[in-house]
Amino acid sequence: MAQSVLVVDDEPSILLALEFMMKNAGFEVRTARDGEEALKALAEKKPDLMLLDVMMPPPDGYDVCQRVRADARWKDTKIIMLTARGRDVEREKGLAMGADDYITKPFSTRELMAKVREILKAGAN
Amino acid sequence: MAGWVVILASLAYLSLLFAIAYYGDRRADAGRSLIRNPAFYALSIAVYCTSWTFYGSVGRAAESGAEFLPIYLGPTLVFLLGWFMLRKMIRISKVNRITSIADFVAARYGKSQMLAGLVTVIAVVGILPYISLQLKAVSQSFSVLLAYPAVTQPNPAGSTLLLLDEALWVALLMAIFSILFGTRHIDAAEHHQGMVAAIAFESIVKLVAFLAVGLFVTFGIFGGFADLFGKAAESPAIARLFAISGAGGVSSWVMLTFLAMAAIVCLPRQFQVTVVENLNERDLKRAIWLFPAYLIAINLFVLPIAVAGLLQFDKSAVAPDTFVLSLPIAEQQPWLALLVFLGGLSAATGMVIVETIALSTMVCNDLVMPVLLRSRWFGLAQRADLTKTLLGIRRGTIIVIVLLGYLYYRLIGETYALVTIGLVSFVAAAQFAPAMVAGMFWKGGTRAGAFAGLLTGFAIWTYTLLLPSFARSGWLPLDFVEQGPFGIELLKPYALFGLAGFDAIGHATFWSIVANIGVYVGVSLLTRQDAIERIQAAQFVDVFRTGAAHETVFWRGTATLTELRDLVARFVGHERAEQAFRDYARARGINLEKAREADADLISFAERVLAGAIGAASARVMVGSVAKGEMVGIEEVMRILDEASQILQYSRQLELKSQQLEAATRELREANLRLQELDRLKDDFLSTVSHELRTPLTSIRSFSEILLDNPALDKDQRGNFIGIIAREAERLTRLINQLLDLAKLEAGRLEWQMSDFDPGPVVQDAVAAVQGLIVEKNIALESDVPPGLPFVRADKDRLTQVVINLLSNAVKFAEPANGRIWVRARAEGDYLEVSVRDNGPGIPREWQDRIFERFVQVKKRDDPKPQGTGLGLPICKQIIEFFGGRIWVASRPGHGATFSFTVPLSRAITRKLVAAA
Repeated sequence: MAQSVLVVDDEPSILLALEFMMKNAGFEVRTARDGEEALKALAEKKPDLMLLDVMMPPPDGYDVCQRVRADARWKDTKIIMLTARGRDVEREKGLAMGADDYITKPFSTRELMAKVREILKAGAN
Repeated sequence: MAGWVVILASLAYLSLLFAIAYYGDRRADAGRSLIRNPAFYALSIAVYCTSWTFYGSVGRAAESGAEFLPIYLGPTLVFLLGWFMLRKMIRISKVNRITSIADFVAARYGKSQMLAGLVTVIAVVGILPYISLQLKAVSQSFSVLLAYPAVTQPNPAGSTLLLLDEALWVALLMAIFSILFGTRHIDAAEHHQGMVAAIAFESIVKLVAFLAVGLFVTFGIFGGFADLFGKAAESPAIARLFAISGAGGVSSWVMLTFLAMAAIVCLPRQFQVTVVENLNERDLKRAIWLFPAYLIAINLFVLPIAVAGLLQFDKSAVAPDTFVLSLPIAEQQPWLALLVFLGGLSAATGMVIVETIALSTMVCNDLVMPVLLRSRWFGLAQRADLTKTLLGIRRGTIIVIVLLGYLYYRLIGETYALVTIGLVSFVAAAQFAPAMVAGMFWKGGTRAGAFAGLLTGFAIWTYTLLLPSFARSGWLPLDFVEQGPFGIELLKPYALFGLAGFDAIGHATFWSIVANIGVYVGVSLLTRQDAIERIQAAQFVDVFRTGAAHETVFWRGTATLTELRDLVARFVGHERAEQAFRDYARARGINLEKAREADADLISFAERVLAGAIGAASARVMVGSVAKGEMVGIEEVMRILDEASQILQYSRQLELKSQQLEAATRELREANLRLQELDRLKDDFLSTVSHELRTPLTSIRSFSEILLDNPALDKDQRGNFIGIIAREAERLTRLINQLLDLAKLEAGRLEWQMSDFDPGPVVQDAVAAVQGLIVEKNIALESDVPPGLPFVRADKDRLTQVVINLLSNAVKFAEPANGRIWVRARAEGDYLEVSVRDNGPGIPREWQDRIFERFVQVKKRDDPKPQGTGLGLPICKQIIEFFGGRIWVASRPGHGATFSFTVPLSRAITRKLVAAA
C-alpha cells in the first residue's frame, strides 16, 4: 500500500508544486492550506508523513507540530518542517517541537525527495 | 488625741514607705523593675505637690481666692505644650549621664566646676526655705492634731526648747529616711527605683487624703457645691475672693505662672524625678497628660475647703493654712483627721527625701569633692576606694541640709505663710531657667555668660527676698527694707529703682529674671567659647541629630589601662568598674586584657562612667589627672569641625554625583532597551523580508526543477507551471522594487521632483491606470473630483503611485459580486483631501493602526493568502508624510473601508514661506 503524505502550506503555488512532486513519487497525497485544515485532515486519517510550512496564520506550523506530538494517535507520523525564514533559531525550535527534519525554502526538489524517502524508510524499519 | 497614737501611726506609715522602697530596689536589682509602668513616673513627678499644696493652697485661697492656681497652671502648660523641651532634657541627660541640675548646667557650659559649684550654692540656699516650709507644715499639723478634740492655733516656731521642738525631730527623722532611701548606691546617674516607687505611692496617699477631706467638707458638712458657694456668696468678705482684682491681679497671675513653669523644670527635685530618674523616654508620653490630670484632681477641693473654713472659723482663731486639718477636727472626725495628717506628712516627706537626695548629690559632686580632690595634704586622690567616702559625704550633706532647713524655720518660719516661703524658693530656682533652656536651643551661650547671669540673678534674689525676710523676722534692721540701705530710696529691696505695683515675689522675679537673662545674653555675646564649651554646646543643641551613638572624643592623649581602671574603681567600686569595662569591651568587640594603653575613646568612656558618680566637672578633672597629653585645643576643635563640615560637603557632592550617575545609567539602560527593541525590529524585518523573497523563489525553483525533471508533462500542465513561474517572478520583482523604494524613502535618499500642479488630472490618471482591473472584476466606480481644484505642492509621479496603490487595494477588497468604489477629492482648508472607499469586508479596529506598518496584511475572507507585498501602504505613508500631509483609514467591519490622505496646497506653503521671510 502506498504511503500517505499530508502537505500543508498557505502559499497556493508552493502547495501545488509539493503536491505534484509527492504524487509523481507515488505517494497518496492530501493537501491543507492552513493549520486548521491540517488538523482536520489529520483527524480524518493518519498520514505517514507531513510536509509542514511554518509561517502560516495561527495556528502556525509550530502549533500544529506540537499538537501532533502531544497526541498518541499520531506518534509514528513523520514531520518535515518547511520554512522561508533563514534563521538557525527556527531550525532549533522546529526540532525541539518534535519535527523529524527541517528544510529551508527555496529547496532543491531532488534533495527534498531524498530526505522524504530517507525519513520514511527509517520509520518503516 | 494622744501623742503616741500619732507618732505610732506616722512611724508605721513611714515604715510602709520604706518597705515599698526596699521592695522596689530588690525588684530593680533582680532586673524586674517595679516602676516599668509609666504611671509610676507620672505619679513621682507629682512630688511637686508638697505640704504647700496640701495645706498652703487652702491658706492662699482663703487669702486671695483663685490665686493659688497659677502654681499648677505653669506645670500644666509645660507638660502639655513644652514636652519637647522635657524630652530634649531627658535625652541630653541620658547621653551625658547627667546626675543633677548642677551637672546639667555645668556640662552644657564646658563641664565647668565653677559653674557647677555656683548652681549648687544657689540651689542649696534657695531651697532651704522650701525645706523649712515642710518642717513647719508637719510640726504645725502635729500640734494641731494633738489638741484634738479642741481646735487650736499651732505653736509659734521656735517657741519651745530645742529638744522639745517636734520640728527638730521631724527634721532628723526625714534626714534618716532620705539617707536610707537615697544613698545605697554611689552612681547618682543610676536610678533610685525604690525611692521612685515610694514617692509614687506617697502621691496617691496625699491625693486620697485631700480628696477625702474635700468630699467630707463639701457633702458632709455642707449640702454640696451649690449649698457651699451659695452660703459663701452671702458673705461679702468671701465673695471678694472670687474676683481677680485689677491689673495687679493679672500681672501677679502671669508672674506666678511663669515662676511655676520655671520651677517644674528647675527645682532640683523635679529635675531629679523628671530627668535623672526617667527610665524610658517613652514614659514621658503618659506623664504629659497624667501629671496635669493629677494637678487638676488635687486642686478640685481647694476652694470649697477654703470657703468652708472661712464660714466655719474665725480667721484670727484658726490659721487658714490649717483649715484642711481643723475642719475634720471641728467636726469630731478623728480618723479623717489622722488620714489628713498622714497625707500632709506624705507630701512633706516626699519633697524632703527627693530634694535632699538631689541636693546632696550636687553638694558632694560639685562642692565637696572638687575641694577635697585638690587638697593634696588630704591624700584623697591617692586613696584606693573612695566609694565609702563619697557615700559618707552625701549622708552628712543630707543631715546638714535638713538641719539648715530647720534653722531657717526657727529663724524665719513664723513670719510668713507657707506659700510665701515656697515662692521664695521658686524665684531662686527660676534663676537656672535662662542658662538651662537657652543652653538647649542656642549654641551661642558661653560659660562666662551663664556664670554672670546666674550670679546676677542670685544676688538680686538675695537682696530682694532673702535679706528682707531676715529683716522682717527681726534678725536684720528693718530700716533697710523700709527706707532702703543708707536711706537710698531707689535701692529699697521691695521697690528696686522705684518699681512698684508688684508684690514682693513678683518684684523679685521681675528684676532677677530680667537681669539674669540680660547679663547671660550680653556676656555670652561678648565672650568666646573654648573647645569643650563648643563641643558641649553642639552636643546639647543637636542632641537629636547626633544621637547617643555619637560620643564626642576630645581627649588627645592616652592613659594606661590599669591607671584608668583604678581611677574609676576608686569612685564607683571595684566590682562596678570591672563590669563597666567588660561591657565596654563587649560592645566594641575588643579584648581589653591584652591592651595596655587606653585610647581616646576609652578615656571618654571612663569619663562618662565617672560622671555618673561624681558629676561631669569633677570627672573631667579626675580623668585629666590620669590621661597624658592635653585636651584638644580650640584650634584643633575648629579644624575637626571644619573637616567634618568639609567631609559633609564632599559627601553631599558625592551623593549628587552618584545621583547623576544613576540618572545616566538609567538613561543608558533605556537607550539600550530602545536599541535592543530596534535590533529586534530589524531582525524581524530581515526575517520577514527573507520570507517574502524566498516564498516566490521557492515556487520558481520548484516548478523549474519539476519542468526539468519531467520532460513528458502534458501541455496544459506545462503551461500552468510556466505561468506560475512568470507570475512569481513578477511578484519577486515588484517586491524588490518596493523594498528598494522603502529603503530609500526611510533613508531619505529618494529623489523628489516637487512641483505645483492641479491634482484633479493626477487622480484621473490613477483611475485610468486601474481601469483594466476594475472592468475585469466588474466593479462600479464613482468618481467625485471637481474641476479647478487648487494646486498642490508634491511629486506628481509619487502622488499618482499613492492613489493607484489605494485604488488597487480597494479593487482587491471590494465586494466580489457587487463591487463598488468611490473616489473623492476636496480642498479642505490648507489641504487637499483625497479619499478612496470600497464596500469590502472592512478592517477590524485593532488592525487599523497597524495597517501602515511594513508587511502587515489583512486577510481576505476565504482567501488564506493575501495578495500583495505588505509594503504598499507603508510606502504611501512615507510619501504622504514627506509631502507634509497625513494618511489614515476609517472603517467599520462589514461596511467597507475608507482610506484618506491630505496634501498641502501650494498657496498655503507659499503663505508660510512669505510669513517666514
